[in-house]
Amino acid sequence: MKRYIARRLMQGVILLFMVATIVFFLGRLTGNPVDLMLPEDATAEDRTALIQTLGLDGSVLDQYAIFVGKAMHGDLGMSIRMKQPASEAFFDRLPNTLVLIPWAILLGMMLGIPLGVVAAVNRGGMLDRAAGTVAVLGVAMPSFWLGVLLIFVFSVELGWLPSGRMGGPSHYVLPVITLGTFLVAGFMRITRSAMLEVMESEFVKLARIKGLSEAVVIWKHCLRNALIPVLTLWGVFVGNLITGAIVTETVFAWPGIGRLTYEAVIYRDFPLLQAVIILKSILILSINLGVDILYAYVDPRIRLT
Amino acid sequence: MKPDMRGETVLEVRDLHTHFFLRRGVVKAVDGVSFSLRRGEVLGLVGESGCGKSLTALSLMRLLPKGGAQTIKGEVLLNGENILERTPAEMREIRGRRISMVLQDPQTSLNPVFSIGDQLREAIVRRKRASHVDVMKEAVEALRRVEIAAPEQRIGQYPHQLSGGMKQRVVGAIAISGEPGVLIADEPTTALDVTIQLQYLKLLKRLQAETGMAILFITHDFGVVGRMCDRVAVMYAGRIVECGPVRQIFEAPQHPSTRALIASVPKMTGPVGRLTTIEGQPPSLMNLPVGCRFASRCPLVEQRCLDAYPAEVRVGDAHTADCWKVTPA
Repeated sequence: MKRYIARRLMQGVILLFMVATIVFFLGRLTGNPVDLMLPEDATAEDRTALIQTLGLDGSVLDQYAIFVGKAMHGDLGMSIRMKQPASEAFFDRLPNTLVLIPWAILLGMMLGIPLGVVAAVNRGGMLDRAAGTVAVLGVAMPSFWLGVLLIFVFSVELGWLPSGRMGGPSHYVLPVITLGTFLVAGFMRITRSAMLEVMESEFVKLARIKGLSEAVVIWKHCLRNALIPVLTLWGVFVGNLITGAIVTETVFAWPGIGRLTYEAVIYRDFPLLQAVIILKSILILSINLGVDILYAYVDPRIRLT
Repeated sequence: MKPDMRGETVLEVRDLHTHFFLRRGVVKAVDGVSFSLRRGEVLGLVGESGCGKSLTALSLMRLLPKGGAQTIKGEVLLNGENILERTPAEMREIRGRRISMVLQDPQTSLNPVFSIGDQLREAIVRRKRASHVDVMKEAVEALRRVEIAAPEQRIGQYPHQLSGGMKQRVVGAIAISGEPGVLIADEPTTALDVTIQLQYLKLLKRLQAETGMAILFITHDFGVVGRMCDRVAVMYAGRIVECGPVRQIFEAPQHPSTRALIASVPKMTGPVGRLTTIEGQPPSLMNLPVGCRFASRCPLVEQRCLDAYPAEVRVGDAHTADCWKVTPA
């Protein structure tokens, strides 16, 4: 197990290096932040001075070498726009994103799992197709569209819910629905396929031989087994939510790391963008590793190999 | 158990037809099966793989696999009542309480995420409403009855902590906890080690003697038949071709397919030679011949065997065979 974790950590470091390299050069391709920051009547001297302050003089490769050297010591640079260390900006905003995730997962599970069970039980029937349609819609509806639609209906037309920014419980409703809808489909499809497999088992036959009601057979004996693969997908979903929050947070002006990423791109805040992407990668890598370790812990058969 | 000690008929199957309706055609898996089972009796249902033994059993439980399988004709009289006419809800009341079943593979018959005690309890609470403590006591008792050592500890354990033989005992305990009058055992020892097999068979015998239940014992192993059964029904391609007391079947098998089956049992005595097999393949259940189904593999085949299915011939005391070549008693 220790060797396994060590190997995974090594892989993680290599992956991070690659991510950092890609994000560094991709960012540079978008242009120059100086053009956005200077007023229109700025002189050539102002421009040179600013470029020097930001460390954007010298060749791109020189900049890259400096960036990698500093990053290895944990210094991801200063945000150009926010005038604060980029990693600090990230960790200031991170909790705002994390508070959304459990609710989105809860919503996804509460709708997705029952839908998956119903679909599996009625395999090939009307309800299965209806649930499949819901799943396709959930995946196909882009969150920028769903988010705007929800704002239009519930904030603009009905005036029931706030259209954005953080605040009381009512502020959570629309962002959570927007994030959770994508998960409904995922949970539904995994539950459905796991249920179909479990329902063929001999122990399900034995449960019926005992004379148990169909409800107990399905919702107790089958579902409990089908939940094992469902739960292992948590890691993937949390990762998806962290990266997928960019659009939702932007639509709802939610001050989380998703919106921070968006801002970093828009303002060509290279250090911030690099920091955000690298830290997100670390976060997702740790979650995946954590889930794998947890899975090994839960399933003794995996622990032994 | 001697024949005169046997009680009344508890299960009577008449002309049972269970077919699979597939897009490619109709598979006649069970095609006119009739037999009866008396209280305290063990009837062996023997035949090659795929001859319809298990589907007969599932038809009796009305737990046919989804996907086109349907019992289209016949009667299953449980204590005189045709259970094929019962509603699904009524059938649930019957299952476990009046007719129950032990499955073939103990490794997959128990739910891996519930403890042994939980799975036993579900069966026990159907029979009587009692406090949790009482039900648990009864579950421990049920485990002791199937000769599981230290049942108080086992009751909290999960299936993966038990050996195959123990699991099959637990399955047995669950199957009989509703005190059914009829138990179907579908190759219950096939997946067990030979040494464990014998223990399990003895256990079944003992439980039967205690409860007086009738057992329909499905197997393809004639050695097990001799140990367990009072009577034997030999199945071939969806029909019972011979049925009679176990001694008569062993000593004077009438139907050529029974003879071939018995001949293919490896013998412990005599020189070691090639194992005897039955030449050829059973007919496709989708495209059955009009005549005798064994005709294509039968050494005694004649023209009339190909032309028409033979009527049931009484060849001895409670001994019948479906064959043109046998002489009536």
